Amino acid sequence: MMTRHSLAFDVLLGVAALAVLAIVPLVFPSKALVDFMIRFSAYALFATSLNFLVGYGGMVSFGHGMFFGLGAYSFALLMQRTGMPIPAAFALTLLLCAALGLVVGAICVRLKEIYFAFLTLAFQMLVHSLIILWVPLTGGDQGLRGGIPRPPFLGINLANQTHLYFTSCTLLIIGLILMHHLVQSPFGYTLRMIRDNAARANFLGVAVFRVRLIAFVMAGIFAGTGGVIMSLFVSGAYPEFAYWTISGEGIFIIMLGGLNAFLGPAVGTVILLVLNDVVTRHTEYYGLTLGIIILLFALGLRRGLLDVLIDLWHRHAAFARAGKKAGSVPKASL
Amino acid sequence: MDLATLATCLSSSACIVTQSTGGLIIGMLLFLVAAGLTLIFGVLKVVNFTHGSFYMLGAYFALTIYQLTGSYTLTILGAGAATAIVALVFERLFISRVYGQNVLMQLLVCYGFVLIFDDLVKIIWGVEFKSMGMPPAFQVPPLFIAGGLVPPFYLFVVGVALVIGLTLWLVIERTRLGKTVRAAAYNPSMVAALGINTGYLYGLVFALGGLLAGFAGALAAPVRSLTPGMGFSILIESFIVTVIGGMGSIVGAFVAALAIGLIRSFGSLGFPLFTDGLMYLFMALVLIARPTGLFGKEIA
Repeated sequence: MMTRHSLAFDVLLGVAALAVLAIVPLVFPSKALVDFMIRFSAYALFATSLNFLVGYGGMVSFGHGMFFGLGAYSFALLMQRTGMPIPAAFALTLLLCAALGLVVGAICVRLKEIYFAFLTLAFQMLVHSLIILWVPLTGGDQGLRGGIPRPPFLGINLANQTHLYFTSCTLLIIGLILMHHLVQSPFGYTLRMIRDNAARANFLGVAVFRVRLIAFVMAGIFAGTGGVIMSLFVSGAYPEFAYWTISGEGIFIIMLGGLNAFLGPAVGTVILLVLNDVVTRHTEYYGLTLGIIILLFALGLRRGLLDVLIDLWHRHAAFARAGKKAGSVPKASL
Repeated sequence: MDLATLATCLSSSACIVTQSTGGLIIGMLLFLVAAGLTLIFGVLKVVNFTHGSFYMLGAYFALTIYQLTGSYTLTILGAGAATAIVALVFERLFISRVYGQNVLMQLLVCYGFVLIFDDLVKIIWGVEFKSMGMPPAFQVPPLFIAGGLVPPFYLFVVGVALVIGLTLWLVIERTRLGKTVRAAAYNPSMVAALGINTGYLYGLVFALGGLLAGFAGALAAPVRSLTPGMGFSILIESFIVTVIGGMGSIVGAFVAALAIGLIRSFGSLGFPLFTDGLMYLFMALVLIARPTGLFGKEIA
């Protein structure tokens, strides 16, 4: 049976979204729009994977950017140095991200909130320092230049911006479907239980350490995919991809969009990217404007945008139901 | 890597003295900022992301007060007081609204203010680098200690920071007010039930944190160049210090600040490109060995 939470439903929705995304550049042939969607794919994958940790796992990582940076650097380097086909380099990059996630996760996931946050930050900054230090391999603080060779594969030529656009959107949608499936699976519910009460989960026989570690590795793999898209977009890799500000932006995106809704981070990505483009175009006081908008969100809405909208929707539905059953009082829905 | 330089330095007492005083200065300024940060976290359970901005404001206030009055003593006191007032207003008007909320929401409010303060400084003082210049009292030839060059101002900074740190410790550990603050950190609802206005207390702790950051900014102003982004690097470093020392521990902040200062100072000789990396490596090692920091207690 196909319910709203089944994988088949997600896949159907994904195919429909992809069809729309494929038509969009034909209807609105705009280079800016295509560029925007490629950037959006990279950041949305990154932010959604971070929310997989933060929103569902209760693990506030300040170092998630290390996977974004590793994804970008290892993919770009593999393509530059080995000349292997793109799918192989992509697979190998994800494997590297998983390996990093396994090592760092094994050390970090035992720690309590704030210490977990800062230890992940420390590892991210170590990765960043290594990138700066290892000049012959990474190009140091100048970034990895010289472009990425893009041999065509399976009829896809990533040197073509439209092909890159479509590939990025496909990767994003596959990533979202997989993560949504993870979140709705028994594994996802175990993760939520650990977030809410780790001691109780442990008492019920859940291997807390293992579940957290798997979640950490998974999130790293999806964030690495975002990094790969970004490296293709900028034709290289820069140390900023592994700097702590990228993790900060990820947290910011989640809070803007909403961390209780699965698509919240994707909505947050749109808000941040649009804000960035609009604010930098219209004012030189970028910080002041953005700061005030942040305060409106944090002190006014007190939640992310999608969280607020979903809440309103539920309330509306509750009122509608109450209207049909005359006389009954609408209850606040959860 | 430049291990040869580090080895040469370690074999000469002059170089050891010079590098140590350099590290001591970094460490003491870090300690003042981190002490406020750790105090605010210990009592309010808020990770104050704007603390670096307080340091920056302290430095800019110092610049203006010094240009107006020409007295460095007044400068330090005035910059500290002005920053404390900013911190107090900030806490009462904004941070007090997000107590008990999601940590990320508190972080977001603070982040918004980091951006706003940076831009305000740009508007008021300009984007270009500013420098306050050394007060005339310290424009004297450097001292030589064991062959190493030590500017007298450095000794002054270390002395003042030590006095402030000691006073802070005495206030927290030995006075009635300190006892109340510690009680509020431990069980705020009980303290409130005993008739103490915890709202005022929280404002006071925030103001105290602002005061310390303002002092640090004023002490740093003669030896650092002032830029609108100067709060950020010290923010990250003082977070590292509080985490290494254990969140909430002032003694821990002192020890960790000295350690980070020395690591930065000697590390810049041996590993010029990896100085930041060394700092993070140290933090990672401490957290792996002691997950709550050197002097941290298990927070229930």
